[in-house]
Amino acid sequence: MNKLSVNHLLGIKYLNRNDIQLIFNTADNFKKIINQPIKKVPSLRDITIANLFFENSTRTKLSFEIAEKRLSADVINFSSGASSVKKGETLLDTVNNILAMKVDMVVMRHPNPGASVFLSQNINANIINAGDGTHEHPTQALLDSYSIREKYGDVESKKVVIVGDILHSRVALSNIYCLKMLGAQVAVCGPLTLMPKYLSELGVKYFSNIKEALNWCDIANVLRIQLERQDVNLFPSLREYSNIYGIDLDLLNSLSNDITIMHPGPINRGVELSSDVADSDHSLILDQVENGVAIRMAVLYLLSNKK
Amino acid sequence: MANERVILDKKKIEIIVNRLCHQLIENHQDFSNTVLISLLPRGKHIGKIICKKLEKIINKDIVYGELDISFYRDDLRNQLEPIIPHKMNMNLSVDNKNVVIIDDVLYTGRSVRSAIDALMPFGRPNSIELLVFVDRRLKRHLPIQPDYTGKIIDSIDSEKVVVNVEKNNEIKNVLILKSKNE
Repeated sequence: MNKLSVNHLLGIKYLNRNDIQLIFNTADNFKKIINQPIKKVPSLRDITIANLFFENSTRTKLSFEIAEKRLSADVINFSSGASSVKKGETLLDTVNNILAMKVDMVVMRHPNPGASVFLSQNINANIINAGDGTHEHPTQALLDSYSIREKYGDVESKKVVIVGDILHSRVALSNIYCLKMLGAQVAVCGPLTLMPKYLSELGVKYFSNIKEALNWCDIANVLRIQLERQDVNLFPSLREYSNIYGIDLDLLNSLSNDITIMHPGPINRGVELSSDVADSDHSLILDQVENGVAIRMAVLYLLSNKK
Repeated sequence: MANERVILDKKKIEIIVNRLCHQLIENHQDFSNTVLISLLPRGKHIGKIICKKLEKIINKDIVYGELDISFYRDDLRNQLEPIIPHKMNMNLSVDNKNVVIIDDVLYTGRSVRSAIDALMPFGRPNSIELLVFVDRRLKRHLPIQPDYTGKIIDSIDSEKVVVNVEKNNEIKNVLILKSKNE
């Protein structure tokens, strides 16, 4: 267990359990480092990393950037909005032009599922997928499971329900792969119109009732409704969704056991979570953000030597 | 196949550990402003042995930590695989303290250079000294010398010096491994 089995982080489904444990153990060291007075190590001081964001992002981009800077890497940032992509340049051309400037690693977010897989087959750099359409968001899943491991000691046999828009969520898919690989029991909950057709193949339980789901689980990972990815209306209104699937403190207090609430952000307060839940002791949301930096440092560090 | 030569046995090791402890006491008296920090992974055995012995002699607890230097090494890029970090035990501050870095073998001096870098986030030490169990003095890459030395060994490049540790964390012996085709 002293190296990753992959040269790129394209998705959780390409990893094995040892890889995930290695990333977690390495993240433990980085978590200590980011809590020191001097939060920087010189490990990647001769590495240049390009952050290519073809889709909007705030926390993932910031989290990657701070992780890269704390590892002393040189960082260049690219956003498609202000680039030649608007002039009709292809993905491969854009990336090859950036790589011609001698970039060693690429962190990419792209609206098309499989974009990072395509890139890894065509260019000579380590690719880290920071979200590709509705496909995967591996670092988010890793930091979610890491946060569960941190709070409960282990992910194995924990019951996790993912609530919300599973159909359009890359976070949900990566989380399901990651949690199941680590031995957790996974369920999803939400309107049937927001569930993918292949749900049974993923080996997860389905709850249509939020209270039943929360009574079953130890941890609820609550997702945002991704209105920007919906071409048709898959439920009548946000207000109705919030009434049926929204989680508030009254609902949590009515449960038979204490559960932990997670959210990958950004939160739509008052829709999927009420403010009193998001800010309560049940919430692990800010721990997730802190752990995100440690996990991303671990991934960048472990991939930086892979050729 | 390599052939091996024992250069220190258990009895000699005990004498050396005793001497090192008394040398440390000579310079650090009651250790009230001193911390011992061993370098992971291999410095921790000798570090623990010395710390335990010192505590017994001066009848007082000593501040002790174990430092991982993986992220500070200068050969990260030369490795085929990343260096996997070890679990650190550094719940201490070195601010204004006299630090004694402990390692098993001093060879090129590069680990010690990394260790000094790795120590800085834990504060500004008053002084840093170096204790090594074995000093292979003929192949230094950097101007680094130990303040306390267990044994000086003049060995050539192809030989390997190994500090053998038993299951109960006692040091069994120190060997020189010689490559057969030498």
